[in-house]
Amino acid sequence: MVTGTTGTAETTGTPATGTLERARALAATVTDPELPMLTLVDLGVLGEVAVDETGTVVVALTPTYSGCPAMATMRDDLVRTLGEAGLRARVRVVLDPPWSSDRITPAGRAALAAAGISPPGPAPRHDGPVPLTLAPVRRRVTCPRCGSADTGLTSEFGSTACRALYRCGTCLEPFDHVKEI
Amino acid sequence: MSHEDSVYDGLLVDDAHWAFGGSFEDPLAGVDTTVPEGADPTALGTYALMLGDDALVMAQRLAEWCSRAPDLEEDVALANVALDLLGQARLLLARAAAADPGLVPALPDGSPVPPEDRLAFFRDDHAFRNVRLVELPRGDFAETMARLLLFSTWRLALLGRLRGSRDAVLAAVAAKGCAEVTYHRDLAARWCVTLAGGTEESRRRLVAGFEGLWPWWGELVESHPVEAAVAADGVGVDPTTLREECEGVLDQVMTACDLTRPDVPSREGTGGGRGRDGRHTEELSRLLTEMQVVARAHPEGTW
Repeated sequence: MVTGTTGTAETTGTPATGTLERARALAATVTDPELPMLTLVDLGVLGEVAVDETGTVVVALTPTYSGCPAMATMRDDLVRTLGEAGLRARVRVVLDPPWSSDRITPAGRAALAAAGISPPGPAPRHDGPVPLTLAPVRRRVTCPRCGSADTGLTSEFGSTACRALYRCGTCLEPFDHVKEI
Repeated sequence: MSHEDSVYDGLLVDDAHWAFGGSFEDPLAGVDTTVPEGADPTALGTYALMLGDDALVMAQRLAEWCSRAPDLEEDVALANVALDLLGQARLLLARAAAADPGLVPALPDGSPVPPEDRLAFFRDDHAFRNVRLVELPRGDFAETMARLLLFSTWRLALLGRLRGSRDAVLAAVAAKGCAEVTYHRDLAARWCVTLAGGTEESRRRLVAGFEGLWPWWGELVESHPVEAAVAADGVGVDPTTLREECEGVLDQVMTACDLTRPDVPSREGTGGGRGRDGRHTEELSRLLTEMQVVARAHPEGTW
């Protein structure tokens, strides 16, 4: 099995581009365990992929929610996927800047909608105190199934940390909306 | 991927595929946990422990609602809030352990229990530094929402300011936590308004909840020497500076509820001390007994 850097890397002091490219390409295929229509790239959690001095691939990963249990699975899936290709890998946690739903790529948003999940709108940004929102949340959410704009919030908290529950007033189907954070 | 044939195949192959099994790696793996220049590592560690314990104990209380909430959506909501707080606790306890390893209880050699779990499961009540508000029994749904309002209003103000900490780890945990706690506070505030304007019974319960909890509020916005020290070092927030902002938000909710802040005196310390001193009500011991029993029965267990 090929692991880590090659002879070329040793002479130039930088990892072989072949290894890096392969590692990047493989890491980009790993999907979110809870939203399997999204790769970690689509979700915006996959950061820099590098090779350290020992030849281990180091993949940077940004957690979505502080308590999201899917993070452990993403980490294991990354290490396993690279390991199956003969690359020794570890994951480096990157906390800053924090993940935002704004980081979900256009391709990721399209994949969510195609899977019946409403993608998030722009996330609010507050540098100072966060204003209280007493009125019900008003988002312009369209039903991912029938396209109707007549939708209503059932609950701000859903089956995973990142989702709210909605219901369509036209086709009457319930659906998930990825929350703005 | 090898799990395409049956969704259950994955359960049988390797333990590491489990989100809650195998080995949990350091939640701060690869993060620079160097204590900022000039900051006292002991004070920083204890401060991270305080904020982590607040979240941990509150998460445990909220998790008691699993399968007991008035309806499924609220059950899911309270579990989600608890999960966010548990995640914050894990990061904060890991930060505490990295800043001051002396805080972490010793276990037999070879124990696989990571530092943040040692802090959560192998400390006794007097070593917990949470404010007493979070350890009180959960009460009914109205009291739970009243407490979540007080707690999340204060925590959001605190985390908002902590984003500017000189400690990069605390600043990052706070930045993420802000976005999460904003949802918690909105949930609690809307429920308070709903219960206040609901039936006579729902209003009575909400009012009783606020009256019972208000005496514990003062402790949240009083300063402990550790909090004063970390504020002076530029790594923490002195909670006395949060009072005005917090009470402004609470008044906003109270007004919408057509209520006024209860006129009740603050609770004295327990045995001369407060939660931040490690002095607690009996309720914390009961909560910890349940939370820690399995981990303590298997100090060398892998989860």
